[in-house]
Amino acid sequence: MGILDSKVPSGSLADKWTNHKNHIELVNPANKRNIDIIVVGTGLAGGSAAATLAELGYNVKTFCYQDSPRRAHSIAAQGGVNAAKNYQGDGDSVYRLFYDTVKGGDYRSREANVYRLAEVSTNIIDQCVAQGVPFAREYGGLLDNRSFGGVLVSRTFYAKGQTGQQLLLGAYAAMNRQIQRGKIQSHTRHEMLDIVLVDGKARGIIARNLVTGEIERHSAHAVVLATGGYGNLFFLSTYCMGANVMAAWKAHKRGAFFANPCFTQIHPTCIPVSGDHQSKLTLMSESLRNDGRIWVPKRLEDAQAIREGKLKPTQLKEEDRDYYLERRYPAFGNLVPRDVASRAAKERCDAGFGVNKTGEAVYLDFDAAIMRYGKEKALTSGMKNPDNKTVRKLGEEIVEAKYGNLFQMYEKIVDQNPYKTPMMIYPAVHYTMGGLWVDYNLQTTIPGCYAAGEANFSDHGANRLGASALMQGLADGYFVLPYTIGDYLSNDIRTGKIPTDSPEFDAAETNVTDRLKKLMSGKGEHSVDYYHKKLGKIMWNKCGMSRNAKELQEAIDEIAELRADFWENVKVPGTIDSKNQELEKAGRVADFLELGELFAKDALTRNESCGGHFREEYQTPEGEALRDDENFKFVSSWEYKGEPKDAVLHKEELVYENIELKTRSYK
Amino acid sequence: MKLHLKIWRQKDANSKGQMVDYPLNGIEEDMSFLEMLDVLNEQLINKGEEPVEFDHDCREGICGTCSLMINGRAHGPDTRITVCQLHMRSFKDGDEIVIEPWRAKAFPVIKDLIVDRSAFERIQQAGGYISVNTSGNPVDANAIPIEKDIADKAFNAATCIGCGACVAACKNASAMLFTSAKVSQFALLPQGQVEATQRVQNMVRQMDLEGFGNCTNTGACEVECPKGISLENIALMNSEYLAASVKA
Repeated sequence: MGILDSKVPSGSLADKWTNHKNHIELVNPANKRNIDIIVVGTGLAGGSAAATLAELGYNVKTFCYQDSPRRAHSIAAQGGVNAAKNYQGDGDSVYRLFYDTVKGGDYRSREANVYRLAEVSTNIIDQCVAQGVPFAREYGGLLDNRSFGGVLVSRTFYAKGQTGQQLLLGAYAAMNRQIQRGKIQSHTRHEMLDIVLVDGKARGIIARNLVTGEIERHSAHAVVLATGGYGNLFFLSTYCMGANVMAAWKAHKRGAFFANPCFTQIHPTCIPVSGDHQSKLTLMSESLRNDGRIWVPKRLEDAQAIREGKLKPTQLKEEDRDYYLERRYPAFGNLVPRDVASRAAKERCDAGFGVNKTGEAVYLDFDAAIMRYGKEKALTSGMKNPDNKTVRKLGEEIVEAKYGNLFQMYEKIVDQNPYKTPMMIYPAVHYTMGGLWVDYNLQTTIPGCYAAGEANFSDHGANRLGASALMQGLADGYFVLPYTIGDYLSNDIRTGKIPTDSPEFDAAETNVTDRLKKLMSGKGEHSVDYYHKKLGKIMWNKCGMSRNAKELQEAIDEIAELRADFWENVKVPGTIDSKNQELEKAGRVADFLELGELFAKDALTRNESCGGHFREEYQTPEGEALRDDENFKFVSSWEYKGEPKDAVLHKEELVYENIELKTRSYK
Repeated sequence: MKLHLKIWRQKDANSKGQMVDYPLNGIEEDMSFLEMLDVLNEQLINKGEEPVEFDHDCREGICGTCSLMINGRAHGPDTRITVCQLHMRSFKDGDEIVIEPWRAKAFPVIKDLIVDRSAFERIQQAGGYISVNTSGNPVDANAIPIEKDIADKAFNAATCIGCGACVAACKNASAMLFTSAKVSQFALLPQGQVEATQRVQNMVRQMDLEGFGNCTNTGACEVECPKGISLENIALMNSEYLAASVKA
């Protein structure tokens, strides 16, 4: 395997992490003061890593394009964070969280990484509570849990529908403490435009000050990329508008392998697209599937009447509704994993049962939950024979307490009251499991360049379970990277400050400036968004929820063509040396136009269906994903060789010693 | 829908700005307000003009980046939402819409509708945290039971997204609602007690240094806050501050 050494420690699964920590090199506190670390991205992974590294004594510089670290898109995570605390006594354990995650990822993740994730998950909750994160509590004052897709226990900790915001504020507060101590220099409104290698090691970055347009050089002994996922490749997604792949892609071009680019999560419950003007899609938390039931009409004529506005969903009798998830997957019902739920929605809509104007929506219905909660509340309040109206009122209050902010968000966007009529939802791009290839230490194939959180590929295989992204971001940042990076930095205690006037920095800066000038020089007719939207359409139609060889090949050709057109004809107004949002966007879209092609190539190479990667050629007679463990039980790791079409595939064979590979079934 | 937009244009922090008129056609009701601005910008780019710069990111009301005064109201006419959640169905054909950046001495304009809110950063750096080591081994989470009502109150204070609407809405440009929400979140929790005295003093001192105005209890901040942060937080901070001053 050569370069793809995953560096998984030997020993039994349960002891690997502890043994590894006991044996890796440490840096003494006095030496840490002489070592600089750059952290790019300040979401959960970057923010928590920066805070912890600074607390350990390293000099940390953080970079984010937002005006505050607190605004990174981790903030938008709604539902919760998993941890194997077993507070509910429902049979949860580290092993079970590990098992669920590997199975949920359709056996395409690395066992040792996932086990470590499950192991440190419990520390996350302890840590966050100590920091003052206001998780939801029960009346007894203890922490509350709820359930998420793909599991049979309640292990998800939450803070109403804004768990991500509360966790990020916790990490941000920890950062602020270190900023105040002078251990973190926070650079906001800055974007990393290239990574600088000296003697083959990551030694710094070139960044652009987004306010002044100034190009800056920053050096360090190691560079951590925690820059999130690349779902904005699809233009429409639940990502924030600024999310991009620039940092990871630049590292890729300098030698970091890019793993499993085609593993994308399409989340089943998002507000459907309403028109061509749409700029982004909004998620309705998976937690809603705890109480909401998903359905479409049983009869085509009913679906058509609903689409034409002649029939209301509330008028349809129970027996005329098809609760297709409960029908197809009785064991997990509405709580099947995201990839399964998304495909099932697409299948029904493709068959003509969609319920909005465009036929691309299904119902998420809370009526049963409202009545169930209302009845319980009425009984516990001492009402013997409450009428329906009272029960409904009480039930609505309880649903509001649980999901109020999500319901409000839905109403503001769609202009319909989800307490009175079922929500309409449809799948949307939400997360990317793929990312920079990292070893067990979270180091990429560039020495000294690390990747954490969604930016790396390691823990979620081909499909991520709900409430696991927050878990992974914080696990990487608080508990994994700060240890493993010391092993590498222990060799740097005598290196001294890295100068920024070296030929390597000169070359990187020239490279960056040339590219910016080239972006500004396009004389064409079209805005950046024009190209981004075109790319998004190709991705969604040909590399989306289901893929086939013919369309993937078409996508590769079309993206290459679009990229050439972009560089010739894109129109970027303004100047380089000032605030220029169009220029920022242009740089990001230029990267997407390269990654998109690699994405399609990766999907074309993987001749199997697994998790979120569904190839129409490989499915069971019932339409379930057909995995091929004999030939594809590996991580696709791509080496940059110029054009995306020339990228070279390296395989990391996945070894399963503790889990038996099975057909994933949620029936 | 046909609209008459009046938008604040300002090249950079050192230039003088002005209101510029932009007529805009073909806007649909189910567009968001920011998507309406996207349409305008697309037209400006195609005409070879510089687009209007404004801050925005998550476009789902949680990151706190977007920040527009619309017809004199922070985040526009609808309540309990940010600009990015505002939809054009709140307006009607022929409307004149005046769009300005947040106005406050402590929030200088960077360009067009974008302001510098780093004052908020510094207030939080002054003490908006609990000094617990992230790499340490804290006690089990359930070893600190917290009464649900208290936990819910702390959560409500913690829902502040730091957008700055409170400052923009206040005739004195006071940052009391923001600072008090940050203070309250920690003051209410047992974990926050140890540093309570220092925290409130340091954060209030920083707030004053940044040049925010004083609070005169008009309550405009609470009305315009997209997250409905309560004025009670200001009362709580004042009592915390008083207690801290007595101790000191």
